[in-house]
Amino acid sequence: MYESPAARMFRRVTLGLITLFALFPVFIILETSIKPLKDVENTFQWIPSHITFSPYSEIWSTVPLLHYFLNSLLVSTVSTVIAVTLAVFAGYAISRFQFRGRRAFSFAVLSTQMFPGILFLLPLYLIYVNIGRTIGINLYGSYLGLIITYLTFALPFSVWMLAGFFSSIPRELEEAAMVDGTSPWGALFRIVLPVARPGIIAVAVFAFMTAWGEVLFASVLTTESTRTLAIGLQEYATQGNTAWNQLMAAAVVVSLPVVIVFLALQRHLIRGLTSGSVKG
Amino acid sequence: MSVLKPRKPVTAAEEDLSSAAVPRRAPWWQRPGVIPYLLIAPAVLFELLVHFIPMAAGVVMSLYGLTLFTLHHWSTAPFVGLANYKLALSIHGPIGSALLDSFEITVPYTLLVVGLSWVIGMIAATGLNVEFRGRGWLRSVLLVPYALPVYVAIIIWSFMLQRDNGVVNTVLVHELHLAHNPPFWLLGSRAFWSMVAAAVWRWFPFAFLILLAALQNIPTEMYEAAAVDGASSWRQFRSITLPSLRSANLVLILVLFLWNFNDFNTPFVLFGDAPPSPADLVSLHIYVVSFESWNFGLGSAMSVLLMLFLIIVSAVYLRVLRRGGEFDV
Repeated sequence: MYESPAARMFRRVTLGLITLFALFPVFIILETSIKPLKDVENTFQWIPSHITFSPYSEIWSTVPLLHYFLNSLLVSTVSTVIAVTLAVFAGYAISRFQFRGRRAFSFAVLSTQMFPGILFLLPLYLIYVNIGRTIGINLYGSYLGLIITYLTFALPFSVWMLAGFFSSIPRELEEAAMVDGTSPWGALFRIVLPVARPGIIAVAVFAFMTAWGEVLFASVLTTESTRTLAIGLQEYATQGNTAWNQLMAAAVVVSLPVVIVFLALQRHLIRGLTSGSVKG
Repeated sequence: MSVLKPRKPVTAAEEDLSSAAVPRRAPWWQRPGVIPYLLIAPAVLFELLVHFIPMAAGVVMSLYGLTLFTLHHWSTAPFVGLANYKLALSIHGPIGSALLDSFEITVPYTLLVVGLSWVIGMIAATGLNVEFRGRGWLRSVLLVPYALPVYVAIIIWSFMLQRDNGVVNTVLVHELHLAHNPPFWLLGSRAFWSMVAAAVWRWFPFAFLILLAALQNIPTEMYEAAAVDGASSWRQFRSITLPSLRSANLVLILVLFLWNFNDFNTPFVLFGDAPPSPADLVSLHIYVVSFESWNFGLGSAMSVLLMLFLIIVSAVYLRVLRRGGEFDV
């Protein structure tokens, strides 16, 4: 790609500024997490008076962080696995079959993105409570209820993206296999899924991040024992003074798993998006 | 569940034979007319339970006087027709005018966050679409804000914007001497801008990611040909890049608009359930109305109005910008 000197200059300067904008808060979070408490209570200073890792050991006792961490891990992992499985099926149906209700289904799936979360938060709460009362399946305040909620949140985007992704895989692959006697289900599992791996990984990362970061529903649907990190982290602030160094250390701890996974898989992610539905 | 199981164990060889040789006599779960419905059934079930039934229930609730007094015996709540809607829409009453204020904050907030995120994401994506050393590293760096959990991203800004121990005031007051008294960033009218900054920081990497992926689909030959013809970088951007990104942009901007208009996290994590009025986004406003006054009927009516607004905006947007079936799923 040809670039004039002015264009190259513009690119370098803007990229530099954007990088600074992106990194500066990350620097602050890391730096604050290794400062002693007295440093973060007074005027901000760039250099820590001394470097300490005690915030990283204190966070576990100030708030039951490990408990919240395991709750988040359980809920996010299970909801991701189920959401991706269901999205593979539904996305495959949309991209490969002509059936009555196909357009209605695709539209309904996309339209859920327009629903304000606040609109169905309350009814969902009432429904969960009532299912518990009448059938005895405890959904309110339980892992199960949260898993069902989060997997559904991840579904629309996953279905939509995988449908686009499957459509970019040539049909001839499966047709050849089916002529050779493979059933439609066999074609999905043995032919399409291996080819679609980058798309599936991309969808899984998004589903996991959705569940890991969700705040609004967690604030209503969890109780003490099922509380997730999104709500648990606020407890560092509710005890009068905020211990900012501990809060930042906890923020680092809860962010590390998702950031590492996200960055490790970003190649797949971009490849998944490239061949997926974003393609014109 | 037992219905879904094969009636007799089928070996791989038999299965292959039955579907290839005599497709009409394939077991019911392998018939082309049945398969798509089996495939979408679980997704439909969960969507109904978590999205559609609660949404319908929300619409019904908006027609009832579901308040603190009737909540525990919600089946006894009185039917009030459109009274909740009248209350929400009467812009001269206290409730209606507060909702309108909140709406008038959410519109510029959304436009600013979507616009800035798109511009920054676009500059970063085109800037990184050129080969240079350290490109992969830079790409990871720019994705970090999006990789963080939302609440962590906003908590960082909350700390940076603290009046007495935040880095922003240290730079402004003690280092650049631009202000004498450290300003409050999380109170008063500045709270709006704090919210915009935090949201843009969190969302521009998403725009960057989507645009970067879409850019990979543009063949490099197009740029080479344009360069041979002597087209400037700006000209190449306008004539090749932008048109090629049309459908990606169409979806990206719509999705960013919907997510940010419904944004609850940013004001909630920054301000809790008592946001300063210049930062009173509509989702949080409805949340506070519902939970503070325990008037869920009214809260539901407001949510329905919000959704109707978003449906109308999306429909107009798609109708105006969509050409042919490029947005077809």
